[in-house]
Amino acid sequence: MSDQWLGLITGICFGALLQQGRVLRFEKQVGAMLLKDMTIMKFMMSAILVGMVGVQVAVALGLAQLSPKATQIGATVVGGLLFGLGWAIMGFCPGTSVGALAEGRWHAIFAIFGMMAGAAIYAEAYPHLEKNFLALGNLGKITLPGVLGISAWAIIPMLWVVFILCFVFFEKRGL
Amino acid sequence: MENAVNWRPYVAGALVGVLATLSVIVSTKVLGKTQYLGASTTFVRAVGFVEQAVDAEHVKKNPYFLKEKVKVDWQFMLIVGIFVGALSASVIDGSFKLEAVPPVWRERFGGGVGLRAVGAFLGGIVAMFGARLADGCPSGHGLSGLMQLSVSGFIALACFFGAGVLMAALVYRRRGGVQ
Repeated sequence: MSDQWLGLITGICFGALLQQGRVLRFEKQVGAMLLKDMTIMKFMMSAILVGMVGVQVAVALGLAQLSPKATQIGATVVGGLLFGLGWAIMGFCPGTSVGALAEGRWHAIFAIFGMMAGAAIYAEAYPHLEKNFLALGNLGKITLPGVLGISAWAIIPMLWVVFILCFVFFEKRGL
Repeated sequence: MENAVNWRPYVAGALVGVLATLSVIVSTKVLGKTQYLGASTTFVRAVGFVEQAVDAEHVKKNPYFLKEKVKVDWQFMLIVGIFVGALSASVIDGSFKLEAVPPVWRERFGGGVGLRAVGAFLGGIVAMFGARLADGCPSGHGLSGLMQLSVSGFIALACFFGAGVLMAALVYRRRGGVQ
């Protein structure tokens, strides 16, 4: 029960921030893919910059555990590319589709139904994929610090510099 | 920078970083399991409930539904919360707007709801199949993956965006050349 309440409260905050960041809109999502409006990148990269410091501190203090997803080269790349192709036409990602519906963009309901259908198809395909494809290039739950053999605290400042340079570039170009 | 910087996406994004941090700490303390933001698994569970109503035996036998478990869990309620939060915030600041066809789509394909519905539905099928194959979406892989410096997050996000840029150029740019 408490996991549901905690999820709900976290979700309400997340939904309000997605809405206030104006990233729920079709034109913002497609605008980023047309390289014309980088609102969603500014939002995501800002969240990552703050969140990666917070998460790594929490883990270092023993207040949380890392739970990275496995890197399965075949599945991660093919799945990622398929996601991108669908994302451009749909104009929403899974999380934002629900928020877009909530702020009145009711065509998002068709995207939500489509994604439920896609999930159903995947469930049927799963036994076959599991046997023949998912293990392809499975490198396990690897992280950058582990692979590079350096501390997270060496990587984080570099990402801060790179992301902030991106922000400066976006603003100079009026993206 | 000629125009004033719009700080909105930066501030809201940074606050999501704070939220994600608080969420991993509080979920670990209260639930004993660290919860990271994510969305796409909930679509599996949602359609699992629908299929259960039609053919419960089928869902019981499907290895994927068995693996992901058809239940209302933390992430399912996170998605319900996104709806509630976005609705409240948009009503409070007056940005709630009923929209049948988004402007960018209208410019390219006209104002027909039918075509928009078909596009969103088919795009949704392909995107979710991909998200399940990749085991995550821009929230799970993009936000939570990169926050954890997970290699899969960087690869997935690059693929999401790379394919998205390519497809968007094919679909939304006018025929007869790139602008």
